[in-house]
Amino acid sequence: MPIPKSAHLKRDTLSPDIDQVPTRDGYGIGLVELGEANEDVVVLCGDLSESTRSNKFQEKFPRRFIQMGVAEQNMAAVAVGLALNGKIPFVSTYAVFSPGRNWDQIRISACYNNANVKFAGAHTGVSVGPDGATHQALEDIALTRVLPRMKVFAPCDVEEARKVIHLAAQLEGPIYFRLSRAPTAAFTSEKTPFAPGKAPVFYDGKDVAIIAAGPILHSALLAADRLIERGISCRVINAVSIKPLDEKTIQDAARQCGAVVTCEEHQIYGGLGSAVAEFLATTHPVPIEFVGMKDSFGESGTPEQLLKKYKMDTEAIVDAVRRVVRRKRS
Amino acid sequence: MKRLTEEGDLMRMATTVRKDIIEMLVKAGSGHSAGPLDLADIAVALYFNILNIDPKKKNDPARDRLYVSPGHTAPVWYATLARAGFFPVEELKTLRKLGSRLQGHLDRLTTPGVESSAASLGQGLSIACGCAYAGKLNQLAYQTYCILSDGEHDEGSVWEAISFAGHYKLAHLTAIVDRNNIQIDGPTEQVMTKEPLRERYEAFGWHVIDIDGHNMEAILDACSEAKAIVEKPVCIIAHTIPGKGVDYMEFDYKWHGTPPDKKQAREALKQLRTLGGKIESSDI
Repeated sequence: MPIPKSAHLKRDTLSPDIDQVPTRDGYGIGLVELGEANEDVVVLCGDLSESTRSNKFQEKFPRRFIQMGVAEQNMAAVAVGLALNGKIPFVSTYAVFSPGRNWDQIRISACYNNANVKFAGAHTGVSVGPDGATHQALEDIALTRVLPRMKVFAPCDVEEARKVIHLAAQLEGPIYFRLSRAPTAAFTSEKTPFAPGKAPVFYDGKDVAIIAAGPILHSALLAADRLIERGISCRVINAVSIKPLDEKTIQDAARQCGAVVTCEEHQIYGGLGSAVAEFLATTHPVPIEFVGMKDSFGESGTPEQLLKKYKMDTEAIVDAVRRVVRRKRS
Repeated sequence: MKRLTEEGDLMRMATTVRKDIIEMLVKAGSGHSAGPLDLADIAVALYFNILNIDPKKKNDPARDRLYVSPGHTAPVWYATLARAGFFPVEELKTLRKLGSRLQGHLDRLTTPGVESSAASLGQGLSIACGCAYAGKLNQLAYQTYCILSDGEHDEGSVWEAISFAGHYKLAHLTAIVDRNNIQIDGPTEQVMTKEPLRERYEAFGWHVIDIDGHNMEAILDACSEAKAIVEKPVCIIAHTIPGKGVDYMEFDYKWHGTPPDKKQAREALKQLRTLGGKIESSDI
């Protein structure tokens, strides 16, 4: 079985009937757990409590829930003021607004100060769907990854999102993590390994390394499972920790597989693919193919339609693997 | 740190700080002159009288907090912090030099006593709001002060913070606006209208006090009044003279971001020294 036991993925991981839950639900669940465990956790909300799921926290801990209105710049810097005075603030809104609108506050007030603020970017990727391009954050990894002192995570499913929230509260300093709106496969378990700077292998193989972050990771597993029938063995790596990156696992994969495909629901400029390419270019250069948004905006549609049209579905990953294999052999 | 209660002592300290500012700037060869000089009286009043702080207990949860939003006014805060005992006065001459703890703009992680890094305008009041809100949650009675420049009121984010403080009635928050009427490109009302500043704050639910920002008694009284108002945040609009204390800089917006050269510095120090005739001579 190519899925290593150590990954502790659910038995029906590759089944079409697997439970579908949005990662934002993991945020809501994680916040309530944190609220119970830690008095210092506070949640700031930019008039989007239901759709970010911060309303779960609001119901249980109204005193520690701060409604900020539609004012993301103020929200980020108020969070800094809270953090500098002992609180652990979680800033909740859509990623197009935070870090989209308040990047300067995140740069100077949060990162330059090394303030202990946690930024939750909801509604990332084209799978936001019918709301269209304005609401589909495809630049947030690039915007946050570039900032000194910032750590960046992209959980692949609801359970991993819950773990990211817990980690964020423990890890000192500014952290950004991205969430998605559409229900996606809930395939990891409580026992699935997760740690900052670690990229667990979810599918073992030797011909191509698929390095993926976010719910697209599940499509990468499906692609790997399909490719094995065509004689291509893929190693699927969960790059949930985009910054810090698990350099050892990625370098080993490049050395042992000789080709890499990166997958993310994000612009290919500046995202996970760029992080992997920047690192491998100076350590172990191999052919790389990038699955992601190719310098364009999204549009309205269903998540499935959009992922297909913009080539971020299982089929697109299969194609990218076949392209990179050809390059590796030529 | 010795708390100064006599108006004369505070004024003499402000002159010392102004002298420090001139010496720092001429040594650094770059930096801002007008704002730091006009804020000297307020800075000294805060650190030597108003703020409940102790350089030996920098992280005391009960201490008063001061957040400076216009990070470019760093020289006046460095000079005041040094004179208040947060770090050696000798260190002031390292301003803007490689490896210095005194960066060109405020950096919390390097300078003892600085509560928050700052420079990109329009962020400090939000941070102060967060601090005041944390005080509410923690049921601590400290006072949070925030220095704002008048120019930065062009930033929409300032109004987001003003709105937030009014909405949540952050009574332990006192904003002090350095109303010196200049910004980089010229007089504030020419660059972008700020007035009616008092009415604007009032419309957002603030109590407003206008003062002469160079009158020590007025500064102390306004801060006492601000502390006594328990139902709203308070904004002290401190009317100041940019470049205060150096006649060729006063009222001239061109000194916003320019340091004096050696000759100009000698003249500035001479002017400051003669104030009361009690400032020791300085060699630069």
